[in-house]
Amino acid sequence: MTVLARRLFGFNLLTAILLAAAGFLLGHWLGDRIAGPSLDYVASTGENDVALALGYLLGVVGFLVGLGFANYPLMRMLGRPPSLPRPETEGIGRYFRHCPDHKVVGLQYLVGVGVLFFIAGLNAMFIRLELFGPGQSIWTPDTYLTIVGLHGSMMMGVMTSAVLGPFANYIVPLLIGARRSAFPRIESLSFWLLVAAGFTLMTTLALGGFQTGWTGYAPLSGQGAYGIDSYVMFFALIGLSMTLLGINLTATVVTMRAPRLNWGRLPIFVWGVLTTAAVMVLAAPVLIVTLVMVLLDRTAQTSFFVQGAGGSSYLFENLFWFFGHPEVYLLALPGMGILLQLLPVFTRKPLWGYRLAVSGMLGIALVSFTVWQHHLFVSGMAADLRIFYMFSTELISIPTGFVFVCALGTLWRGRIRLTVPMLFCLGWIFNFLIGGLTGIYQSDAPSDVTGHGSFFVLAHFHYTIMGGLVFTFFAAIYYWLPKMTGFALNERWGKVHFWLMFLAFNSTFLPLFAVGFLGMPRRVVTYPERFEFLNQWASISAFVLGVSLLIFLANLVYTLVIARVPAEANPWQSTSLEWQTTSPPPAHNFDRIPPIGHPHDYGRDEGTERPASRPAPAGEPT
Amino acid sequence: MRPSRDFGRFLVIWLVASAIATPLVAIFLTPSLPPGVEADDAAGQRIDNGVLTAVATPTVLLIVIFLAYVLIVFRHTGPKIEEGPRIHGHAGAQMVWIVTSTAIVMALFGYGTWRLLEPGAAGGGQGPSPLSPVHAARGESVLPVQVIGQQWQFSYRYPTYGGLETPHLVLPVGRPVELHVTSLDVVHSFWAYGLGVKADANPGVDNVAYVTPSRVGTFDVRCAELCGIWHGYMFDTGRIVDEQRFETWIQEQRRIFAPVLQYLPPYSRTYLPDPQGRAG
Repeated sequence: MTVLARRLFGFNLLTAILLAAAGFLLGHWLGDRIAGPSLDYVASTGENDVALALGYLLGVVGFLVGLGFANYPLMRMLGRPPSLPRPETEGIGRYFRHCPDHKVVGLQYLVGVGVLFFIAGLNAMFIRLELFGPGQSIWTPDTYLTIVGLHGSMMMGVMTSAVLGPFANYIVPLLIGARRSAFPRIESLSFWLLVAAGFTLMTTLALGGFQTGWTGYAPLSGQGAYGIDSYVMFFALIGLSMTLLGINLTATVVTMRAPRLNWGRLPIFVWGVLTTAAVMVLAAPVLIVTLVMVLLDRTAQTSFFVQGAGGSSYLFENLFWFFGHPEVYLLALPGMGILLQLLPVFTRKPLWGYRLAVSGMLGIALVSFTVWQHHLFVSGMAADLRIFYMFSTELISIPTGFVFVCALGTLWRGRIRLTVPMLFCLGWIFNFLIGGLTGIYQSDAPSDVTGHGSFFVLAHFHYTIMGGLVFTFFAAIYYWLPKMTGFALNERWGKVHFWLMFLAFNSTFLPLFAVGFLGMPRRVVTYPERFEFLNQWASISAFVLGVSLLIFLANLVYTLVIARVPAEANPWQSTSLEWQTTSPPPAHNFDRIPPIGHPHDYGRDEGTERPASRPAPAGEPT
Repeated sequence: MRPSRDFGRFLVIWLVASAIATPLVAIFLTPSLPPGVEADDAAGQRIDNGVLTAVATPTVLLIVIFLAYVLIVFRHTGPKIEEGPRIHGHAGAQMVWIVTSTAIVMALFGYGTWRLLEPGAAGGGQGPSPLSPVHAARGESVLPVQVIGQQWQFSYRYPTYGGLETPHLVLPVGRPVELHVTSLDVVHSFWAYGLGVKADANPGVDNVAYVTPSRVGTFDVRCAELCGIWHGYMFDTGRIVDEQRFETWIQEQRRIFAPVLQYLPPYSRTYLPDPQGRAG
């Protein structure tokens, strides 16, 4: 009874939901007082955006207070010693509350990202269903555009955290020999903001949806009804979550490394996470500010983006892509980190060209801030600058090439084992090659005239995000799930999943390059009949792609719920730090921090010119 | 030495494959690449796309042949894990890669810049102060045509023909056209596929694109920027006709639309919508 009472009362998910509802109602009431029906536009449309925006705002605040995020700062402000709840070390309950353990947050993220990825993937199926035939067949245009917008915003919002949320949060402290992350409460906050954001976005379905796509260009976003507010709120919360996630991970890598783990010994995945997190901290706040401006345009009658009233639609495009283009490299860098982290394990060789790989990642991170106007080559803004943006965009293929050559060099003369994670890494190399090279067509201003805003660019970024990031995301799941849960996924079904996904993915998106080149713009509900065959081909392949993901889901459920066969302690014979402790690790990660050697220390010496320098044999958990 | 023999063999396979495939791609694929030859811009962009595809071919072959080679030669099966050679890198190979990739990128950039400045390839909207207003400088007679995007159709104004506004786009062949793209409400994008022109239509902005249609025919016009629920239906077909037919057509249109014209605002580079109301 006392256990039940303790679960029900206090700072937990139930309180959070109740306070969120109360906060929403309070905000809505307040908004009605501020901008009531006396205003013409409220009276004529019956929609009060001020009330809705305040409702969302106070709802989110209530949600976070209910989870207990206000306890520590409030106590500090009142000058009392903060009464920190003792972190729960076991039990399923800790996954449903504010928990400062980075391993719990990692698994929370994995489930949260998985759920949103599933919903967004389902939307992709709905899109391909509509595009199965020319003419409007299944959805009305506004429903269709809402589906397109949901797919885009959810994928963009979730994919930025898809690797950093689950894997960086869980694995990075282990990889750097730390017992916790630098800011455990901020880490937990970034996850619960994602939950709040996801829920906010789903409420758009009850409010008429939003027909602006994930880019939400002004002044179109100023026209729409209630549903736009949920999209704006969602993306602002995602931006906040990304910023906090980036701050925590940057600080963790900079300050929490074990003794002797200097920059030259940082595992390459940590470099991938660090560069991503740093770019996130710098780029995501721009998104938040932009969306606050959109919200003010919609509620407080400001005119940041209203042409002819002092504002400009170019301002929105600039601000959005100033965030948006670094953002797409946030979707590339973690994948590169996973790729280069896993290749040495499955080739039994050290990482080839460690410094070149690190400079590649740093180079991408740096140049990513200078390329955003290549989205605006045909916008008519600053035509002379097209030359500079063409230069900076093509420049970024040089550091990307570094990552490629390091991957190829690691494969060369290795003892390549085709495990499931390795297959997904090799899939990345092929897919990202296509994605990267088709990017050159977009960076070349004359060529971009055809590709821009067409299915060509759509296929291009699906090759880099779905074919790149998502493939390494699955590599990471197969590789690290034994560490995170103690159970390994079925190898044979994993291979079925990979081959089906790889073939279906390429079969879906290769024809879409042609569709775009032949003249089909993005986000259209209908198309000329001459594109019918290619679109049907893509749709059928997309459904097979969906089936391949269901196979993965079945494998996951079977492994974790039904079979529950404990995995080996170190199934991949890895030498890196996270495998030097039990699976799953204890709450404090390591009883004793293992000795730190060179990262990716595999292979035997040839001849005698180089003495073996491996510090401690991997294997026995300490 | 086995390692160098492996690399030499791979290099030969790749060089032979590239030497065969690249000219084939350049010769046989380029003529079927978009956007076409209906206008100088379109033809120029086709050459650009062909050059990029020709450069991409050996790159794709490099990676794909490499992957195939290592998977055939260096694959290790069996339950026992075998350690590979402890190679941390190769300064020479890295240097060759860095220099080569930088050289290719610089060459592509130089080529792209040259194509962009060269009239007849740019095709994108260049804003109110175009980079190369070449036709006027050459003293050719330029036909200005205004493209007005609004939810959800394009209409076209011919300022040199009394500000005629019509829902049809007809252009004379062989005469340079100066497209002034603007919008009355949200951001649209004027995509004349066969002309090789894409220019965003922004409210309050005069976005200029140049093109010279080079053969008689039709071309698709689509909106390429999400502009609201009927975005998917915002398309029409443009026509390229000879000079004589163009004159007849435009006189006919002027007659048909004369009653409408008196209610339209006078021709202007942009039509700023009243923030509180609808644009005209």
